[in-house]
Amino acid sequence: MSVQPYPAETHPVDAHPVENLRHRERTNRLGLWLFILSDSFVFGALLFTRFYLLGNNRPELIQWLGLVVTVVLLASSFFMNRAEVQMSLGNRQGFLRNTLVTIVLGSLFLIGVVGVEWQVAHFGPADGAQGAIFYTMTGFHAFHVFTGVIFLSLVYRNAKKGLYSAEHHWPVEAAAVYWHFVDLVWIFFYPALYLIGTAL
Amino acid sequence: MKTGILSIGLVRGLLFQAAGFLAGVAVVTVIRLAFGMGFSAEPAIVLGAFFSAIGFMIGVGAFSGWFANALGKPAIPPEEVEEPSGFKRYLGVSYDHKVIGVQYGMLTIAALFLGGSFALIFRSELVAPGMQLIGLQQFNTLIGLHGMVAIVGMLLGGAALGNFLVPLLIGAKDMAFPRLNAFAFWLAVPAVVLVLSSMAAGGFDTGWTAYPPLSIFANMGMQLFFAGVVVFGWSSVLGALNIVATVLRMRAPGMSLFRMPIFVWGSLATSIIAMTATQLIGLSFQLVMFERLFGMGFFNPANGGNPILFQHLFWFYSHPAVYIFVLPGFAVISELLPVFARKPLFGYRWVAMSSLGIALVGFLVWAHHMFTSGMEEYLRVPFMYTTLLVAVPTGVKFFSWTGTLWEGKIRFTVPMLFVLGAMNVFLLGGLTGPILGTIPTDLHLHDSYFVVGHFHNTMFGGFVFPFIAAVHYWFPKITGRKMSDLLGRITFFILLPSFWIQTLGQMQVGLLGMRRRVADYDTLPEFQTTHIFITVAGFLVGLAFVIFMYNVIRSAMKGEVAVGNVWESRSPEWELLPNPAPKHNYPQPLVVTGDPYDYSLTDTEYVELVPVAGATD
Ligand SMILES: [Cu+2]
Repeated sequence: MSVQPYPAETHPVDAHPVENLRHRERTNRLGLWLFILSDSFVFGALLFTRFYLLGNNRPELIQWLGLVVTVVLLASSFFMNRAEVQMSLGNRQGFLRNTLVTIVLGSLFLIGVVGVEWQVAHFGPADGAQGAIFYTMTGFHAFHVFTGVIFLSLVYRNAKKGLYSAEHHWPVEAAAVYWHFVDLVWIFFYPALYLIGTAL
Repeated sequence: MKTGILSIGLVRGLLFQAAGFLAGVAVVTVIRLAFGMGFSAEPAIVLGAFFSAIGFMIGVGAFSGWFANALGKPAIPPEEVEEPSGFKRYLGVSYDHKVIGVQYGMLTIAALFLGGSFALIFRSELVAPGMQLIGLQQFNTLIGLHGMVAIVGMLLGGAALGNFLVPLLIGAKDMAFPRLNAFAFWLAVPAVVLVLSSMAAGGFDTGWTAYPPLSIFANMGMQLFFAGVVVFGWSSVLGALNIVATVLRMRAPGMSLFRMPIFVWGSLATSIIAMTATQLIGLSFQLVMFERLFGMGFFNPANGGNPILFQHLFWFYSHPAVYIFVLPGFAVISELLPVFARKPLFGYRWVAMSSLGIALVGFLVWAHHMFTSGMEEYLRVPFMYTTLLVAVPTGVKFFSWTGTLWEGKIRFTVPMLFVLGAMNVFLLGGLTGPILGTIPTDLHLHDSYFVVGHFHNTMFGGFVFPFIAAVHYWFPKITGRKMSDLLGRITFFILLPSFWIQTLGQMQVGLLGMRRRVADYDTLPEFQTTHIFITVAGFLVGLAFVIFMYNVIRSAMKGEVAVGNVWESRSPEWELLPNPAPKHNYPQPLVVTGDPYDYSLTDTEYVELVPVAGATD
């Protein structure tokens, strides 16, 4: 093998990666997206399970209820986005207000799914494949919404204490990205459970 | 610094694990009684299992930094945390990637020892037809635990190599997320405890694959086995995520992807699989847990389920799972061969790409485990072709290795012996792969001892031999001492021939029609003679492993002191660091100035430390 000339060094050698806060935040961001990639395999597998077992059928569910919780969750994502924008503009009050709305809407979604839909459904978890799929898919998703609500509550509390600035608010960004991800999952789950196929 | 037994993180963790288990049992029982339902052991044990894992993590102290962060209090940065010195630092939370790597390594060796011991118990039973030593339920539990504990051990081994080596090889101070790194390791400990505790809850009779419907009706041990694997899955996911982030974000200046030491490629490829596919074994096991707990109809046809679905979910992970430890094993071979053949690695880019190739093709082959399962007919042939395709990148690696050895000045050190042993053992494992991946031959050989022989070949060639080579090779970087050369050679010359006898024996009884996982067999003499050979060879493999363990412990305490670049390697950890490698690795940033494997050139270097004076702009 011949000796190849190497290009002149372009990186600044004095900035050791770990000491650089910018670098740190970009690394955190990568970590979060890798986590989301990993988690989406769970939801992907649940969707696969749903179509494998039920195919072109779907559980018989209360349509207007599904529509209401879906609207509530999508609206929460809108306020989540506004909250993050307010934070990066340095408007703490605006951030707190919008985050609070997001938390309330997320909690309403949980009440709608677990508190109402689970109670009034025509079938229980042990009633065949449709019960298994409906309760597991909504359960896994609700668990993620629940952890998102906890995450947002902590961020809310810490923002109130003034821990974040317009430039540095990584936990806010992380909570927002996670929230949108959980929302995005529902955008796949809602049609898979409520719309596609003929009701059993 | 505190003293006393409760200052040891591991001890605190195990106590909290027991407390967590009782708390979980109590919660379920109180809720059930409040709703007028009587006590029920199974839900109590399942919640207890998950609470016990959380309890362990609280007890060991793996949450402390995050709790502080969540409450908005400043946590001490991981690199500034005081850590105990000496052996004690391995028994509690440490954020140093090298300590965590060694912790993984110790758990690996313990798990392999345990998994192997289980095998020796049921192998002794198989010396003669009929049942002599153990009952049928014990036999079944032992084969299941042998499989899972040994696989967990090997997964831990891949993590051990990745954690210890990746930051060193890419010139980083530590991993991208040191706290997450410690968390991922410690999560594996309660997971192993849970898997083993399945023995105390009546065991299970499904083997490590836990197929329903049988696993829906198996003893309670099944639930603890599932819970342990689910928890371990998270350990695996988080550890792998950390390695991917580290490789992508923490490389030294000038270290482009194609100038990384080849091991880093193996670790990256492996971590991509572990980070994603692992979720599917976790999910498939959780679904069986739900089916048992809530009567959900996922897999039991009597309730609208389909057992084939489980096999799809399970093998989507469990086929690539093999690559999670085989790819680091291969990467060790590719890393060590140039050092001991004193030649460049043949076809570096091809080897790097073949690791990714194996990882990606590995996602598309899972149904080759299901040719006889009654799955959709049209899936068979496509999965046969994808399976055979794996042989291409694997073949690239073999070509590279032979090309590297060709006309090299080979030094037959102990690590090199194990590398060569790995190559010849894996060769048989690799050649028997296409036989099993081809539908007509698989229909004959499926679920026979031939599969067992093939699998053990790939595991020993792909992981066990390279792992032992790596331990011998990097031991001075851990302890500052060399491992005994004589004991290393004795280990090798016992392990290699006895392993060959064992694996060829397994293939032979398999070809005669012997099913795997059965406790009893026909009284025909050709079966028994071979089984005696397999069992004796199995005990010799165990003996070799015990000698290896003795060598590790003895050399750590009073081995010969290792000075400088023991193997004359060009790699940064040998070129630039003393033995053992100091905390935070390199005193100054390093820059890459050459190729990692130019052993034929004497006037170039792979890496240099940046002089301090040049570090200011
Ligand atoms: Cu496979």
